[in-house]
Amino acid sequence: MKPLNDTIRATPPSGIRRFFDIAAEMEDVISLGVGEPDFVTPWRIREAGIYALEHGYTTYTSNAGLPELRQLICADLRKRYSASYAWDSECLITTGVSEGLDLALRVVLNPGDEVIVPEPCYVAYEPCVAFAGGTPVRVPTRAEDGFAVDPAVVAAAVTPRTKAILIGSPANPTGAVQPRSALEGLVRVAQQHDLYLLSDEIYDRLTYDGVHTSLGALPGARERTVVLGGFSKAQAMTGWRVGWICAPQTIAELCVRVHQYTMLCAPHVSQLAAVEALKEADGDVEEMVADYDRRRRVFVKGLREIGLDCPEPGGAFYAFPSIRSSGLDSETFAERLLEAESVAVVPGNVFGPSGEGHVRCSYATALPLLEEALVRMGRFLRSR
Amino acid sequence: MREILELLEKDSTLGHDTLATMTGRSVAEVTAQVEEWERAGVIRRYKAVVDWEKVDGDSGEVTAFIDVAVTPARGVGFDDVAERIARFDEVLSCYLVSGGHDLRCTVVGPNIRAVSDFVSRKLSTIDRVQATATHFVLKTHKRDGDSFSDPEPDHRLPVTP
Repeated sequence: MKPLNDTIRATPPSGIRRFFDIAAEMEDVISLGVGEPDFVTPWRIREAGIYALEHGYTTYTSNAGLPELRQLICADLRKRYSASYAWDSECLITTGVSEGLDLALRVVLNPGDEVIVPEPCYVAYEPCVAFAGGTPVRVPTRAEDGFAVDPAVVAAAVTPRTKAILIGSPANPTGAVQPRSALEGLVRVAQQHDLYLLSDEIYDRLTYDGVHTSLGALPGARERTVVLGGFSKAQAMTGWRVGWICAPQTIAELCVRVHQYTMLCAPHVSQLAAVEALKEADGDVEEMVADYDRRRRVFVKGLREIGLDCPEPGGAFYAFPSIRSSGLDSETFAERLLEAESVAVVPGNVFGPSGEGHVRCSYATALPLLEEALVRMGRFLRSR
Repeated sequence: MREILELLEKDSTLGHDTLATMTGRSVAEVTAQVEEWERAGVIRRYKAVVDWEKVDGDSGEVTAFIDVAVTPARGVGFDDVAERIARFDEVLSCYLVSGGHDLRCTVVGPNIRAVSDFVSRKLSTIDRVQATATHFVLKTHKRDGDSFSDPEPDHRLPVTP
């Protein structure tokens, strides 16, 4: 047989997968490895989905998505971040940010173009760049800086082939929220070298200390920025697969072009549920965000009390403590913790080399379980 | 501070130290505030939400909603009758409501017979009570914000990106 696609064969499977396989076989595991809300989608949204099914909204929608949903998204971005996008030419509905990221990269990149990816970062960023024909170029961030991106480090990584910078804030796995100054620095670098900015803002509403800065709304950023967002995290709608892209018309148009041939449209029922989410579920979102924030405070304090340094996570629902005091590397720490105490965490190195020495702990877990996990982790550390 | 009350209303077992961490306050501050609320009667008491059906099965207490029509009296309206009804231990709640009747009460008893007796002997015979309509509870699905169905299982995979 002839060899299959070289790029895809060369991409290793996600490092998370191995831990999933081990954890799935064990009983009494407390998993802090889950990258999705522990809340079920708020009932009013689910009920809207049921209503949509009952009434036969089982068809395609327009490629770009339901006009009402696009209007609501653009109005929401205007209200929240003073960002201005035309719903009919600069906004499209995707099947989650995952598809949105893939579309944006395919539209922006030509073969061999480089994309600067500050790490540690979400596991899909580098593979998606490669699948789109680009070359990911990692730049490190440091726990000492709260994983803030240093624009000077990014600028130093720019080559004649650099085409874009891809960043997620608030971030998976660190929970870091990029300070406005760092984002402004990135915009300057992008302007100076004529680069596109791809901004994954799926966790925008899960920001606890202060207000989220939307990259596309910063001065000078709009014309070169693709903002990716969705309903999976704040509205607890991971399985509905519905997200969006907002970008200048030239980019958005081409995203729709790829989307219309590859995905056609996001699920109709999910889009109607998302309409309900934006119209009626702000209160539910606020309650969930407040709850994450309370768990965050309890969990981060607990991590520090058992002797793990933990940079303050300002967003998302992850803590990314340093486990260097254990004398173990991330993989060994995660493996032994799972074996000894049945607590699943994700080793930080799977998110990039700068994640080594850390583990990702999701606090999207019920408070009593978080407290029990802390007890077990403390016992594990003392036994060493 | 309102947040602390809301948290305690949902889970009164939360310790002051946890509440302090959750809300970014000092333990002393939380303790002082909670004690103040207890003194002032803002927090009236702490209790557990019990699913008696799980304890007693079918032989447990019965609950009925009883609508009561009352002739109001000059000067007191419905208050004196309402007060009189509310004083019975069998009466868990008693509201003045709009609609076809005037008072809506929740009454519990060891069995249907006991509740019926209470209605016919005590409630109906109070002066100015004109009529009652009794609705026995057949099954409790949700009470005071607490669902009595089985919690929804966690369908999440143990480790996801």
